[in-house]
Amino acid sequence: MTLFYLFAAVAVVASMLVIAQRNPIYSVLLLIASFGALSGLYVLLDAPFVAVTQIIVYAGAIMVLFLFVVMLLNAPHEETERDERLHLLRRPGPMRFGAVLAAALVMELVWALTSGGGETGSFPGAQVSSVRALGRSLFTDYAFPFEVTSVLILVAMVGAVVLARRESGPSVPPDA
Amino acid sequence: MPTLAHYLVLSAVLFCIGTAGVFVRRNLITILLSIEIMLNAVNLTFIAFGRALGTADGQIIVFFVMTVAAAEAAVGLAIVIGLFRHRESLNPDTFTMLKW
Repeated sequence: MTLFYLFAAVAVVASMLVIAQRNPIYSVLLLIASFGALSGLYVLLDAPFVAVTQIIVYAGAIMVLFLFVVMLLNAPHEETERDERLHLLRRPGPMRFGAVLAAALVMELVWALTSGGGETGSFPGAQVSSVRALGRSLFTDYAFPFEVTSVLILVAMVGAVVLARRESGPSVPPDA
Repeated sequence: MPTLAHYLVLSAVLFCIGTAGVFVRRNLITILLSIEIMLNAVNLTFIAFGRALGTADGQIIVFFVMTVAAAEAAVGLAIVIGLFRHRESLNPDTFTMLKW
């Protein structure tokens, strides 16, 4: 229970700081901390393989890709007080509406925690899910989605190359 | 022991943080990061329910979500790079034309 609250607090605080930062580099680094806490929660939920994948794929690959782009663009900070005062969501009407929605959400969450929990919500006995069972299921029941995923990755890779290519090259037709 | 409700509430809170980030931030990269926060909140829900129901299906769906997130990050960042080349800005409010 203590571990759960520790990881949950780290995840929530780090995620809120991600939103609060103006410098995207700090946002990316804080998001990595949030993902680390989430992978701790996955270990608590008997999903060690997902926890390791979370660290390797999310924190290791995707976030490094983000960091790389942030540094490549030499990203400017959000420039800003003027823009934000003009922004639609900064006006009093939408802000009051958002405050009402947030209060409703908090009430729902408190209600869910106090009434829905109890014996029915507790988890069954510990049974560490084995990587063997996971792999067997992935390559039998989920073989077709798995193969489709490979096509998705290929399409994303080609699409990223096409999108990020400089279009000023002489070999590129003007309307490409 | 934390119950299923604890994990679901945590997931809902994380999802709301991500949603708020999409609306509040005026930086394309931070908006993409907020989308990642939302995807992770959903992953937490899948794993918690998979644990509660005693199946491995939740974890397998999380793998697929992770691959989709990787593809989304690659394509999204490529689009961000392309936009930044044209406008020297990352503010989504500056991209108001359908074609340039």
